[in-house]
Amino acid sequence: MTDTAIARPPRSSAQAFRDGLRAALTSILFYVLLGNYSGIGALCYEFGFSPIWAVLCTLLIWAAPAQVILISTLGTATLLEVAIAVSLSSVRLLPMVAALLPMLQREDTRQRDLVLPMHLTAISVWVEGMRLLPGVPKEERAAYYNGLGCGLLFAATFASAAGFYLAASLPPLLAAALLFLTPMSFLMTVCRNTRTLMDGLALGLGLVLGPLIAAQKIGLDLLWTGLIAGSAAYAVHRLRQAKASAP
Amino acid sequence: MSATMVELGPYLALILAGFLPNEFWRVLGLVLVRGLDEKSEVIVWVRAVATAMLAAVLAQLILSSSGALAAIPVGCALARRALDLWPSYWRGARCFSAC
Amino acid sequence: MSFAMEPFLALILIGFLPSEVWRWLGIVVGRGLDEESEIILWVRGVATALIAAVVARIVVLPPGALASIPLEVRIGALGIGFLAFLLIRRSAFAGVLAGEAALVLGALAFGV
Repeated sequence: MTDTAIARPPRSSAQAFRDGLRAALTSILFYVLLGNYSGIGALCYEFGFSPIWAVLCTLLIWAAPAQVILISTLGTATLLEVAIAVSLSSVRLLPMVAALLPMLQREDTRQRDLVLPMHLTAISVWVEGMRLLPGVPKEERAAYYNGLGCGLLFAATFASAAGFYLAASLPPLLAAALLFLTPMSFLMTVCRNTRTLMDGLALGLGLVLGPLIAAQKIGLDLLWTGLIAGSAAYAVHRLRQAKASAP
Repeated sequence: MSATMVELGPYLALILAGFLPNEFWRVLGLVLVRGLDEKSEVIVWVRAVATAMLAAVLAQLILSSSGALAAIPVGCALARRALDLWPSYWRGARCFSAC
Repeated sequence: MSFAMEPFLALILIGFLPSEVWRWLGIVVGRGLDEESEIILWVRGVATALIAAVVARIVVLPPGALASIPLEVRIGALGIGFLAFLLIRRSAFAGVLAGEAALVLGALAFGV
């Protein structure tokens, strides 16, 4: 991988960090996060958590689907069920981190210096990072990515607290609209990532089966829905593959 | 359930069911890229935290199942056991005797 | 909030497994990633369905303020947002705006 040549004097870590921070503040994702996480903060309020818990939830987990699953199922499912559902929703963190770290590290990078970029990695940070890092000299990339991640994480954390208090103080109709932001924006995200029939099937089946299975009151309903709907969509995909390759 | 369980509950749940299963994938990504260096401070730190969590989980188990008063001597023994394990981490030892 | 600790005890103890196991796990996972294996595809399907189920759950079993809005309005707003997404160049922003507007207008029209 060749680095694009930048004709300027090398910048210190602090300067690179500020560059990343500035990139975060001028990114459209900053405002998308403000919107999304206001909804998550509102969810925390409505499900009875404390504002500190809401902020910690964002700082420690930093993954919207995982957080929403945690917030909406903690009271009703066992911890283990919640943990498995949270884990399944975050699998893509693995390839994201694995793809990112080689871009940041050099021969003398210590493992502990990669921990912050590792934790800061979320979809928004990773997408912007992948877009902007090639234009940053390799020595500055880690600090730049940290700045980028901290800036976006700050937006989310601020919005979590703001959304919490908004849900507490807005009139019911507006509070309902704030709460509705989360399912609406999640649906949009999934729709946008739907590129194949299998994705669409998984989405549709999940939407339809979810309430049906939840009504059975068997516990683990989220997990069962995910497994059944996802496996069914996958099975259809395999069937079509088999038919396509057979004469 | 004891009073501490009610206060700690949401935060312990946040860590056990939220933070750990989520961060696990990020850490696995780091390990894939960097390999598992036994002596790196990251691994040593992770194991120290894991021990502390083990102690906390065990303590909660004992406290919640046998009543707070009866469990105090057991909890102390447990805490002492957990503290005994701590120095071995900072020395980088790899031997964990079963609790 | 009451919950059973025993499963977590088991999980944490698993963390004490010898590091060979983790190295092996890392290699297996790494190879799985390289080959774009069917497992990855299946997990993606499950994760997608999971998020869809979460969406449905919040809409059908809503917390707090959202519960005061009729179910038909909630589901209808979701549908209108989806339609707007499809019609307006697959724009997520348009979808969210349309869905929110539909929710508020529907709530006002059909009673709150």
